[in-house]
Amino acid sequence: MIDKGKIEEAMQTAIGYSTADQTEVLASSRSTALTRFSNNYIHQNVAETNMSISIRAVIGKRQGYASTNRLDKDSIKETVNKAIKIAEHRPPDPDFVSLPEPGPIILRDMVSDTTVNYTPGQRAAAVQRLLGVIMPRNLTAAGALSTGYTTVGVANSLGVNAVETISEASLKTVVMSPTSSAFGSAVAVNVADIDIEKIALEVEKTTVRGQNPVELEPGRYTVVLYPNAVADMVSFMAFAGFGALSLQEGRSFMKDKFGQQIMSQNISIWDNAYDPSTIGFTFDFEGVPKEKVVFIENGVTKGICYDSYTANKEGKKSTGHALPAPNPYGPLPLNLVMAPGGSSLAQMIKTSERAVLVSRFHYTNLEDPIRTVLTGMTRDGTFLIEDGEIKTPVKNLRFTQSIVEALSKVELVSMDRELKEGMLGASYMPWLKISEFNFTGVTQF
Amino acid sequence: MKDLTSLALDVAKTYGATYADIRVIDEEHESIAIKNGRAEEITASTNYGFGVRVIADGSWGFASSFLVEKAEIERVARLAVEIAKASAMIRKESAVLSPIPVIQDNYKTHVEIDPFKVSLEDKLALLSRAEETVRKIPGVSISRASMDIFREKKVFASLEGSYIEQEITESGAAVDATAIKGSDIQERSYPNSHGGDVATAGYEFIKGLRLDENAGRVGEEAVALLSAKQCPSGEFTIILDGSQLALQVHESCGHPVELDRVLGMEASYAGTSFLTLDKLNKFQYGSPIVNINADATIPGALGTFGYDDEGVPAQRFDIIRDGLFVGYLTNRETAPVIGRQSNGCARADGWGRIPLIRMTNINLLPGDSSLEEMISEVKDGLYLATNRSWSIDDKRLNFQFATQVGWEIKNGKLGAMVKNPNYTGITPGFWNSCDAIAGKDEWRVWGLPNCGKGEPTQIMHVAHGAAPARFRNVKVGVGR
Repeated sequence: MIDKGKIEEAMQTAIGYSTADQTEVLASSRSTALTRFSNNYIHQNVAETNMSISIRAVIGKRQGYASTNRLDKDSIKETVNKAIKIAEHRPPDPDFVSLPEPGPIILRDMVSDTTVNYTPGQRAAAVQRLLGVIMPRNLTAAGALSTGYTTVGVANSLGVNAVETISEASLKTVVMSPTSSAFGSAVAVNVADIDIEKIALEVEKTTVRGQNPVELEPGRYTVVLYPNAVADMVSFMAFAGFGALSLQEGRSFMKDKFGQQIMSQNISIWDNAYDPSTIGFTFDFEGVPKEKVVFIENGVTKGICYDSYTANKEGKKSTGHALPAPNPYGPLPLNLVMAPGGSSLAQMIKTSERAVLVSRFHYTNLEDPIRTVLTGMTRDGTFLIEDGEIKTPVKNLRFTQSIVEALSKVELVSMDRELKEGMLGASYMPWLKISEFNFTGVTQF
Repeated sequence: MKDLTSLALDVAKTYGATYADIRVIDEEHESIAIKNGRAEEITASTNYGFGVRVIADGSWGFASSFLVEKAEIERVARLAVEIAKASAMIRKESAVLSPIPVIQDNYKTHVEIDPFKVSLEDKLALLSRAEETVRKIPGVSISRASMDIFREKKVFASLEGSYIEQEITESGAAVDATAIKGSDIQERSYPNSHGGDVATAGYEFIKGLRLDENAGRVGEEAVALLSAKQCPSGEFTIILDGSQLALQVHESCGHPVELDRVLGMEASYAGTSFLTLDKLNKFQYGSPIVNINADATIPGALGTFGYDDEGVPAQRFDIIRDGLFVGYLTNRETAPVIGRQSNGCARADGWGRIPLIRMTNINLLPGDSSLEEMISEVKDGLYLATNRSWSIDDKRLNFQFATQVGWEIKNGKLGAMVKNPNYTGITPGFWNSCDAIAGKDEWRVWGLPNCGKGEPTQIMHVAHGAAPARFRNVKVGVGR
C-alpha cells in the first residue's frame, strides 16, 4: 500500500546522516503489476514492489552520487558516505552553483484507489472482456494491461521537501489476422476510465479492414498521422532539441533559430504537467516546481526547458525539468502537449486526393539529431487514401524524414487529441495531415 | 540464503504451485564519465531483491520485492501463486517445461583485476587521459570518456532441487568525439558507439582497450567528417566493419530467432518474426558462407554465464549453418513446441523481471578472406564503420542502419572519407548477398549492453562475434 511516511523517513534519515555542504535525496517507491497476453491467452503475469533512494552529496563545487534500495539505517548511512567519498575525490565543476532552493510547489496526488487495489483476478477479467470482442471474429490478440502506483519524493538540505503519488493504468493491444494487424492503447489514472470494449471494437474493425495489403511504391506522399505516430515523432524531436543541455552543447535544432518560423503556423508545442489531460508529477527530480514551457508557438521557436545546472550556467531559473541526476541527456520535457486545430480525422481523409493513413510508427530512431532526420517503419494499420476515401490497406513503409521539415508542412490539425505513452513520458497529441512525407522503402507485409 | 529460498519454494508449493523457482540477486554498479574536461557522472549504486516464479493451475505467475525478509518472501510467494491462478482464468494449454537435470553448482566470471577495488583516482586518470586527448584536437565540440562496471551475485533455487550460485562481473569503456559545425554533427567512437565495448571481465579489460592510444584518431576523424563529402546514393558493394556487423547480426538474426517472438509472445511490443516454424531446416537465410551460432561459453564475452535464469547450463549451438536456418534460441517453456530441449537462453534483467528468451553471444563465424583482400576485389564500393542508428520492422525484415563513417572503395583501394552513410535492405536478401567474410585474425567479440525487450521492459547484456564482411548490391544513401 502507498506509504509516503516511509519515503519521508528515508529522505530525512539520509539528510540527517550527511556531513556534506549540501545533500539531496531522491526517493521512489513503486508497486506495479502487469498482465500480458498473446495468442488469446495470458502468458506472462508479474508484480513488482521496490523502493530506492539516490543521494547527491555536494562539497564545494564537487558532487557525488550513490543509490541503494536497501533502506535500513546502516545501508542509508553507508550510501550517504559513499556519495560524500565520491564527491571528495571528484574534480570540482566550476559551472555547478548550488542545489535548488525550495520553490512554491502545489502538491497534488493523482491516485485512484481502484487502480491501486486492482487484483490479478480483475486484470484477467478485463483481458477477458477484450478477448470477448476479438475471439469471435477469429482474430488473435496480444497486449498488456498494467496497474500500479509510483511515489516520488525529493528533499534537500536547503529545505526542498516534496512527495507525490500517481497511480497509472495502461492498456496496449495488437490484434492480428493472418495478413493484418491493428493497435489500440489507453493510459489513465483510474483503470475504470479505460474503455476496453471500445478499444477492442476499434482495433477489431481496423484489423479486418487491413487484410490483404497491397504494395505501395515508396516516394513522397501526403500523410494522415494518428496521435501515436505524432507522439513518437514529437518525442524524438524534443529529445534532440527541447532541452537546455542540447542547446548549450550546440546539438539542438533550435540553436540560432529562436524567434524564427521553422514549422507551420498551426503547430504549437509546449510542456505542461498541470494540463488536465496529462499525467505527471508537479515537481522535477530536483524538487523544483514544473513550469509550463512553450517550445513552439504558431510555428515559431520560443523556449527550451532547464534543470538547475543548465539554468545556473546561463544565470537563469530552472523550469523544473530535471531528470534523475546524473544523466547525459540534461533536462527534458515529460508532459508534451500539442495545440489542437479545427479539423478531424474524417475531414483529413475527405480532403485527401491521395494520401497514406498511418496509425503508428515502429522502431523509430534519429539518424541526424540537428537535422532531426528520423527513420522508422509504419505498423499495425497503414492505408492508402484516394479521392477522399480509405481505398486499400498497404504494406508497411519505411520513412526517412526530417521531423522539423514534416512539421513545416502541416495542412490540418485535429480538434481531438489523445494521451499517448512514449519515449518521453505522456504526450497529448492530435491527428495531423502533412504533405510530402518521405517514404523511402517498403517491407513484405 | 538456503533457508530463504526454501521458504519461498515451500510457500509456493503449499499454496498450489506445481513448479516454483526463486532468484535472489544482489547488484552493484559503478559508472564514471568525463565530458569536456569535467566529471559528468560518478555514481555507485546497489540493488537487491528477489523474484518468485511459479506455475499453478497450469499457468505462470511471478512476483518480486526489494525486501529480502521472511515475511515478505512469504507474501510474495503467495502473491505469485495468486497471480498464476488468475492467469489460468484465460489459459490455452498447461505450461510444459523441457526437462533439465537437477544442478547444484556455482559459477564465477574470471577476473584478473577486481574493478570495484581499483581506486577512483586511477579510473579518473585513465578516462581523463583519453578525454583530454580528444578535447585537444582542434574542432572537437564534445569530448567524452566513460566506463561502467557491474557485478551481479545471484542465487537460483527451484522446486525441482537445483541450487546455483553465480557471480558475473562486467567491465567496459568508451571514448567519443563529437564535432559540430552549423547543422552538421559528426561523431566517432572507440572501440564502439553506444557505450563502447563491454565484457564479462575485470579491470584488465578496460586497461586493455587502450582508450588513450585511440582517442586522438577518434577526435581527428570526427573533425575530418565535417569536411568530408556526403555518402553517395545508389546500389553499391559495401564492406561492414566488425562492430557494425555485430549490430546487424543482433537485429536481423539474433532477434528473429528468439522462439518466444516467433510464437507471438512479443507481438504486442517488439513484434514477431519472419523466421516462422515452417522455415526451420528449410530456409536459405544467407549465402553458403554465412554461419551464425549462439555460444554462451566464450570466455570473457558479455553474453557468457554458467547457467541461464532457469538453471539450464550455458551452451553453444548453430543458428545458421552454410546459410541454412537451423536453430532457434529457446527456453524451457518454448523448446517442447519444436520438440527440442532448452538451449539455455532464458535470461532476466535483475530480480524484478521474469526470464525471457534473450540472446547470449550470437556470432557470425569467421570466413577465409581478409579486410585487405575484400577491399582489393571491389571496383566501386564503400567501407562503413561504427553504428550511428538502427531501425528494423516488426518481423525483422526491412532494416536501415546509419554508420558514423564511411570510406569510398575505388579500384580495389580505400579512398576518400564520406559522411552520413546509411544503408537499407531486406534481411534474407542482404545475407544472401554476402560474398566474403574476413578470417579469425580479424574476428572479435563485441559486447552490447543495451538490448531491450519485453513488458515491463528488460535490458539485457549480450555480445556478437564478427569480422568484417562484404555484401553486394546494397542500397546506400537513403532519404537524400
